[in-house]
Amino acid sequence: MSAPRSSGYFRTSYARDSALVDTRTQRIWLAAFAAALLILPFLAGQFLLDLANQVLLFSVGAVALMLLTGYAGQISLGHAGLLAAGAFTAGVLFKEFSAPIWVTLPASAAVGAAIGFIFGLPSLRLRGLYLAVSTLALHFMVIHAGQEYETRRGFSTGVVIDAPISDPRAWYFVLLAAAVATILLSLNLLRGRTGRAWRAIHGREAVAAALGINVHWAKLSAFVVSCTLTSIAGCLFAYYRGFVSADAFSLFLTIQYVAAIIIGGIGSILGAVLGTVFVVLFPYGIEALMAMLGLADRLASVVFAVNYAAFGLVMILFLMFEPQGLVGIWRRVQAWLLLWPFKQKPVGR
Amino acid sequence: MQLAVNIAVLAAIYALIACGYVLIYRTSRVLSLAHGELMMLGAYGLAATASLFAGHPLVAIGTSALLALTVGVLVYVLLMRRMTGESVLAAVLTTIALGILLRGAMILAFGTQTQYPLQQLGWTNASLPVGAGARISAAGLVLVLGTAAVYAGLFAFLRFTRWGIRTRAAGQNPLLAAQRGIRLHGVYALAWGLATFTGGIAGMLIACDAGIEATLVTIGLKAFPAALVGGLDSLLGALLGSIIIASAEVLLINYVDPLLSDVVPFFVLLAMLVVRPWGLFGTREELDRV
Repeated sequence: MSAPRSSGYFRTSYARDSALVDTRTQRIWLAAFAAALLILPFLAGQFLLDLANQVLLFSVGAVALMLLTGYAGQISLGHAGLLAAGAFTAGVLFKEFSAPIWVTLPASAAVGAAIGFIFGLPSLRLRGLYLAVSTLALHFMVIHAGQEYETRRGFSTGVVIDAPISDPRAWYFVLLAAAVATILLSLNLLRGRTGRAWRAIHGREAVAAALGINVHWAKLSAFVVSCTLTSIAGCLFAYYRGFVSADAFSLFLTIQYVAAIIIGGIGSILGAVLGTVFVVLFPYGIEALMAMLGLADRLASVVFAVNYAAFGLVMILFLMFEPQGLVGIWRRVQAWLLLWPFKQKPVGR
Repeated sequence: MQLAVNIAVLAAIYALIACGYVLIYRTSRVLSLAHGELMMLGAYGLAATASLFAGHPLVAIGTSALLALTVGVLVYVLLMRRMTGESVLAAVLTTIALGILLRGAMILAFGTQTQYPLQQLGWTNASLPVGAGARISAAGLVLVLGTAAVYAGLFAFLRFTRWGIRTRAAGQNPLLAAQRGIRLHGVYALAWGLATFTGGIAGMLIACDAGIEATLVTIGLKAFPAALVGGLDSLLGALLGSIIIASAEVLLINYVDPLLSDVVPFFVLLAMLVVRPWGLFGTREELDRV
């Protein structure tokens, strides 16, 4: 999956070419990284652990959005609505039937898949931005349904859910498992026929159709997979917070997810993860910066506005000057290290 | 009767906003999702000029309208110009980013309190009787008349003036238009300027009627279904779509449930997307050539 090395290393079979982990160095690094992830909760304090959990939770949704927008090239403006759909499915099932998590989680996934199918249907008729438009409609409808439920049943401030686990360390491992499973599923989908079809329709739909790819099916499958994963993330979100409220799923949440994949780098799973880390830590960074500049007191009531503006600015800067995102920077650093002391690849490599 | 008046005012609001979406999409094939925020910026512009030129309401209105036009051109020149030739995805994402940036900046600059620019201008919003027992606010009446004037002006501009014809040409086939010597960047900048100008006027008039608050952005988003129902590249469609959306919204609020206000436009939108996704008057997309 990664770029070939410039050191005379060649792949000699297709199996080798599509392997997720290729060289021994990669294997060692991966093992080290996994060990670090497993040790982390025992070293980190309460605050750091909560941050890590937020990153893991956010990354599930971000990877799902990356599949849809970054690979299949379909803009989704209903990501917050989908998270809300998953969260409310869990909330309603818990409140009305006191269903356990092993019922609500699959139910959320099923609801997500159904929504993805229904709202993906308009894309069968037309190309272009129509999927994005129908997702915007989706957002408002799901939020409305959630609000209706809250007011009708008298939970005007939100639905409280008791999570089966409350220890943040246990949560860390649950969320880590969810994030790793999502990433593995995505990587495997992407290196197979489905993922290649998604990338083809991103490139150019007419060419993809001429190559024998069923464009409608590819779009719809991308949408359904992304919606299912997002809905599961929403369900986990509901349990992690222990609380579901329609107000928590504003359009700004969608924009945060979109920002994560832009900043991370469109068209890369690593990008989705890097972008997630950036987006989750960003508000804390802004807060620290404001405290440093001595503005914290003056801007205390409008911190959210500072966040909005800063998010917009960072997104625009990345779109204009670094469309490849953090992954682009990472790759350039890699290339620089590989080629050093040269500036570019020698002619006729 | 009062219902009909309400529908007319709401339709005028939607139509005035929707023509901005249509102008930009028709000319440069970019969906501007920052339109609601640009509209709100126009409203705040009026509030700012109203306190600056206190006592000269006409000067204030003229200045703020001019400001809106300038802002639109600046958005194109400084931001969207760099996105021409990039993928549609990147351009749309840029408008989303611009929208959130503007929203944050406006809260920082103007605060979160509801402002009433009409009072700052020194006018009152009189309630005028129309026909049998129905009433319309003065600002509402100006909204309906203003929308009619803007649409008449846009039709005349696009049909009869040199720059209007250039705009249509650029929208139809940018490559051919450029080869015939039309400055695409100029045309696109004009489209952004006009769209922000009409959006700004819409924002100002709504602000005069109901004050400036955060829900203005939601109104901007709700006008988007109007543009799409009519067909994203047809001004006439935007007008008709606005009437449809406004009627559906007002009637459902009145007879079914007032809470439906925020979702009705999107229900209509989804129904339209399933039945006739290119809208009432929109052109079906041509075949894609490789």
